[in-house]
Amino acid sequence: MSKELIRLADVSMAYDGEVVLNNINLYINDSEFLTLLGPSGCGKTTTLQIIGGFVKPTAGSVLFDGVRINDIPPHKRQVNTVFQRYALFPHLDVYDNIAFGLRIAKLGEDEIAKRVTEMLDVVGMRGFEERKVDNLSGGQQQRIAIARALVNRPKVLLLDEPLGALDLRLRKDMQVELKRIQQQMGITFIFVTHDQEEALTMSDTIVVMDKGEIQQIGTPEDIYNEPKNAFVADFIGESNILDGIMRADRVVEFFGRRFACVDEGFAKDEAVDVVIRPEDVDIVPADGGHLCGTVTSVTFKGVHYDIIVDFHGFKWLIQTTDYQPVGTQIGIRLNPEDIHIMKKSKYSGMFGDYSSYSAEYDEIGDAEMAEELEEEQE
Amino acid sequence: MKRQLLSGPYLIWMGLFTVIPLVIVLYYAFTDSLTGSFTLKNIASLGTYLPIFLRSVWLSLLSALICLVVGYPVAWTIAQAKPSHQRFFYLLVMLPMCISFLLRTLAWVSLLEDTGIINRLLGSVGIGPLKLMRNNGAVILGMVYNYLPYMIMPLYTVIMKIDPRLIEAAQDLGCDSAQVFRKVTLPLSLPGIVSGLTMVFVPAVSTFYISQKLGGTGSTLIGDVIESQFKAAYNPNLGAALSLALMVLVLICVAVMNRFTGDDESVATL
Repeated sequence: MSKELIRLADVSMAYDGEVVLNNINLYINDSEFLTLLGPSGCGKTTTLQIIGGFVKPTAGSVLFDGVRINDIPPHKRQVNTVFQRYALFPHLDVYDNIAFGLRIAKLGEDEIAKRVTEMLDVVGMRGFEERKVDNLSGGQQQRIAIARALVNRPKVLLLDEPLGALDLRLRKDMQVELKRIQQQMGITFIFVTHDQEEALTMSDTIVVMDKGEIQQIGTPEDIYNEPKNAFVADFIGESNILDGIMRADRVVEFFGRRFACVDEGFAKDEAVDVVIRPEDVDIVPADGGHLCGTVTSVTFKGVHYDIIVDFHGFKWLIQTTDYQPVGTQIGIRLNPEDIHIMKKSKYSGMFGDYSSYSAEYDEIGDAEMAEELEEEQE
Repeated sequence: MKRQLLSGPYLIWMGLFTVIPLVIVLYYAFTDSLTGSFTLKNIASLGTYLPIFLRSVWLSLLSALICLVVGYPVAWTIAQAKPSHQRFFYLLVMLPMCISFLLRTLAWVSLLEDTGIINRLLGSVGIGPLKLMRNNGAVILGMVYNYLPYMIMPLYTVIMKIDPRLIEAAQDLGCDSAQVFRKVTLPLSLPGIVSGLTMVFVPAVSTFYISQKLGGTGSTLIGDVIESQFKAAYNPNLGAALSLALMVLVLICVAVMNRFTGDDESVATL
């Protein structure tokens, strides 16, 4: 089950002197669902292309089953790819698209028919054999692209933002679908996305990347609950990040007050970043909490309200199901397990301050995505 | 309504210089040269010219195929080059078209004739003079040389439009570079091949200047015959009938070629 299949050792990549990957070390186990997660330009797609063989790293080794495969061209690798925007062959119908790889491998037509039909069942597209790919919807093209790759029974399936072009509803369905297919076929999936929710939903392991470097590798729970630095804390979900000082093991001081926490192993009086997730904060009457602040803005989000609370001039984002009108004085309580301590990093001070919060905050990510798609279309 | 008015000048132009002349051609083709009365004589006599029609089709088809074989690698190479280089290469391909068609054909005469540049060079090393012109080969050479850019242009455009991810997808599915070409690049450039063949074939089949300058007595083309009916034989009625037959022939050839693409993209480029 957990046998190592692919390893990237000290892999670096530069285009015309511009470093896009810096010393990547990563191993991927057999039958694992691994997600490369990061903002656009973080190097996640380049990492995928290196594994697929479309790009040769400028330094380092790519190992497959312990064998170095840097110089093996894509058509000789036991890896198949589901491309962004699918890249289905427009001159072939659905059946011939899926059969493409098998025909290249010179399988008999009987065997091909059997495997194509089997794959159409897996992706729920039986009856579409004769259709032109241009006449399919985005979600259907997506399924055919997955079938075309999986029919070759690769050891590893690479997926490059395969759900990016689908609408929200379809995306959620396909997330569940992909996870089901991966478990059914028992093969390794390497999935690239910039959508943190997608990554948390589907992955066994998440690799968070930024600026060509790996920021953290871990299970979805680890990444969410124990982010290694301010970048990860901010990129995965929302976080309030404050400056604190470790006074002793399990004791942190911020806002001039000591709090009990569960982290240890820091030096005495070491400056640290303190992460408090907006949903972990308990709201209590103004005089009954650890801290007291004023509500400055309220946004209805459906399941909960996003409220911004001003504590000593530092604004926090708090998520609550109880409506708190603007101007209310509220108190908060923090339990030891709600406080997560991180070492200072180059990202300290860049994230986690909601002083300039606006209701559009959440949509920034979507807008970036839309721009990316537009650029591609041009 | 107003927008439709914008196409007015073009419609008037078309009417005056395409539709009316076509009507005149039709009129002449079905009337007698002396009496001016209705006759099928001109059409009936077309059979005599069948060998010349066939030769015209054969030579221009051969030229179109040679253009394809020569032009495809050129178009492919340009499409693979850096964008900044592409413009330069494209300009090089288009460059000969800046010089008059007549001049370029005459230049070939001075290269190929018995006392021409090539034969004099060969003569200085004791070879020749070789008979380089006044034959079908020279006519094909002239056609290929003059119409090659019309082949490269549509091919380049189509190859440029092929999504590079389709090439990657084919490699990913196990194709080596020869298989990528055969299974993906070539089928996807089919519309360009068809419009290239059409754009070479159509002007080549009706040309008369190239065959007059470079061809011999045995390489008279249908264009030459039509020209002589109007200018030498003073039989515009037969000339009109021949033109009509040529027009029908070209339309049939274009229709047949377009069957291969199955879409109307290549028709649009005509």
